[in-house]
Amino acid sequence: MPELLQFIFSGLTVGAVYALVALGFTLIYNACDVINFAQGEFVMLGGMTTVFLAAAGVPLPLAAVLAIIVTVAIALALYRFAIAPARGANAVALIIITIGASIFLRGAAQVVFDKRFHSLPAWFGNDPIRVGGAAILPQSLVVLAGAVVIVVLLWAFIERTLFGKAIVATAANHLAASLVGINTGAVVAFSFAISAAIGALAGILVTPITLTSYDVGTLLALKGFAAAMLGGIGSALGAVVGGLVLGLLEAFAAGYVSSQYKDAVAFLVILAVLFALPRGLFGKASVERV
Amino acid sequence: MARTTKAAAVAVCLAGAICAGSAAAQVKVGAVLSVTGPASFLGDPEKKTLEMYVDEINAKGGVNGQKLQLVTYDDGADANAARTFATRLIEEDKVAAMVGGSTTGATMAMIPLFEEAQIPLISLAGAIQVIEPVRKWVFKTPHTDKMACEKIFGDLKARNLTTIALISGTDAFGKSMRDQCVAVAPKAGITIAHEESYGPRDSDMTPQLTNIKGKAGVQAVVNPGFGQGPAIVTRNYRQLGIPLPLYQSHGVASKQFIDLAGPAADGVRLPAAALLVADKLPDSDPQKPVVVDYTRTYKGKTGQDVSGFGGHAYDGLMIFVEAAKRAGSFDTVKVRDQIEKTKGFIGTGGVVNMSPSDHLGLDLTAFRMLEIKNGDWTLPQ
Repeated sequence: MPELLQFIFSGLTVGAVYALVALGFTLIYNACDVINFAQGEFVMLGGMTTVFLAAAGVPLPLAAVLAIIVTVAIALALYRFAIAPARGANAVALIIITIGASIFLRGAAQVVFDKRFHSLPAWFGNDPIRVGGAAILPQSLVVLAGAVVIVVLLWAFIERTLFGKAIVATAANHLAASLVGINTGAVVAFSFAISAAIGALAGILVTPITLTSYDVGTLLALKGFAAAMLGGIGSALGAVVGGLVLGLLEAFAAGYVSSQYKDAVAFLVILAVLFALPRGLFGKASVERV
Repeated sequence: MARTTKAAAVAVCLAGAICAGSAAAQVKVGAVLSVTGPASFLGDPEKKTLEMYVDEINAKGGVNGQKLQLVTYDDGADANAARTFATRLIEEDKVAAMVGGSTTGATMAMIPLFEEAQIPLISLAGAIQVIEPVRKWVFKTPHTDKMACEKIFGDLKARNLTTIALISGTDAFGKSMRDQCVAVAPKAGITIAHEESYGPRDSDMTPQLTNIKGKAGVQAVVNPGFGQGPAIVTRNYRQLGIPLPLYQSHGVASKQFIDLAGPAADGVRLPAAALLVADKLPDSDPQKPVVVDYTRTYKGKTGQDVSGFGGHAYDGLMIFVEAAKRAGSFDTVKVRDQIEKTKGFIGTGGVVNMSPSDHLGLDLTAFRMLEIKNGDWTLPQ
């Protein structure tokens, strides 16, 4: 029994990381149907910038805030200089631009920072909390709590504010949205900024667990993307549930099947889910109104 | 015309004819290293080390009355590029010997060219394939992962621990060392009761470690791995409160591992070259003067901490230089024979005793078993 509990704890730890990364995908996708593959690099930038500012003597909380600001600024630059000039292009072209941006950011980080692994101190120390023979680190709970807070804020923002409605409107129909007076360019730019902030925050929260380096973004983005697809891309709740389910699948596969095949098992289940529910667990069925 | 004459002179020198009198003539030493790219952590300190020591040797008057000239190329960890540069070193630069490449892939790609051209190649790559089977013109300086396994198993036996579990990374380093450990375990009298693995980018290994924890009879855990994986394994190990001794590999023998694993690293043992604990070696240790001197020189010139990789380059260059001194010339055949006869050479990697059947020449004393205590390396008694 302690084994099962430990596998669940492990799954929640890893799943919370995936969930935080997956959340970053939802907003940009909602605003312009683009899956931003540079999202993993936002996560990396959040973690690495904090590490290097802290190493330069900046107090940790201030370093974290500055890291989020830096990441948001980079995201806005990405929008202004790469996405906005390609305004007329279709979603696939924009997705390819984000892949290019991700490679560029990774290369730049290699030069600006370094190629080593770094860590940040955990918020509440490294002493595990022991429950029924299993152990979980306090930082895992911090990451989980962070994911919940972000989901609630995102939901409130999109459902309860005018600007949130504008994002939904832009996503539904770009042309119609601009006809009713929504500045769609600003909406998309804003969604990049918020996604970058979520990504940077994710990077700061997960670095004590996953460690960070210039190339940590690639795999996190891949797993986060899988989680977002599983949960139903565009749904904040789906992103969190998808992340946790993916983490639990991996933990159970590693614990009960074989650590050699844990990634394969997780992706097999995702494939099966997507066959049965092509829009993911929480995705809305796409309805075309005429 | 002048160029031709000079080239001819070098060629004549290389052919072993009398070079006395042509003091200006330089002997070229080639080095194809992975200075940039994913293996730059190898090639960068290697290149700096070679440049530093070639300058120092020349300042002291060179070797056999001739100055050395270092010719380096950066293969960017691409074996194809390494092969191209090797051709250039052989055909255009006409080097007397080669120190490099940094990676096993690059080395294996260059070996056929040097074998054919009959020029000594001293590789800085880790894998045992470089020197097994023995090739006439190929040598190497870094210890192998097989030796790391044997060192760990020796330490386990000394502590009366014979049943172990393995948790290894699925990256190239982790896989190769895992295979070597599994292969030498029966001979060392070690039983591997359970095996787990993790991906190189995994961020939580508690499920695997939970399985190891639940396995009856396991007395110690060994983690062949590289990069950040072993640091996470170490943290998770303490998180789960597993009371068994934990062994890491030489792949994480750097200060960075201690920084990443934090207090969890306390009590972890791992095999490493003497270079890492230069200041902690007893004065009676034959390697002490060499490693202390190298550490001081490297730190002084570059301002960076030493890594074992730069040390391998130092060993490679010095083995060549000593062999050339003994040979009294840079004749490739004579130098090769003398490299093979290297005996009692004290390098940063250990004491080197080569033979026709052993082109590495290190024994297990090259590795020191270290234990991490209070965030620093110690030599357990």
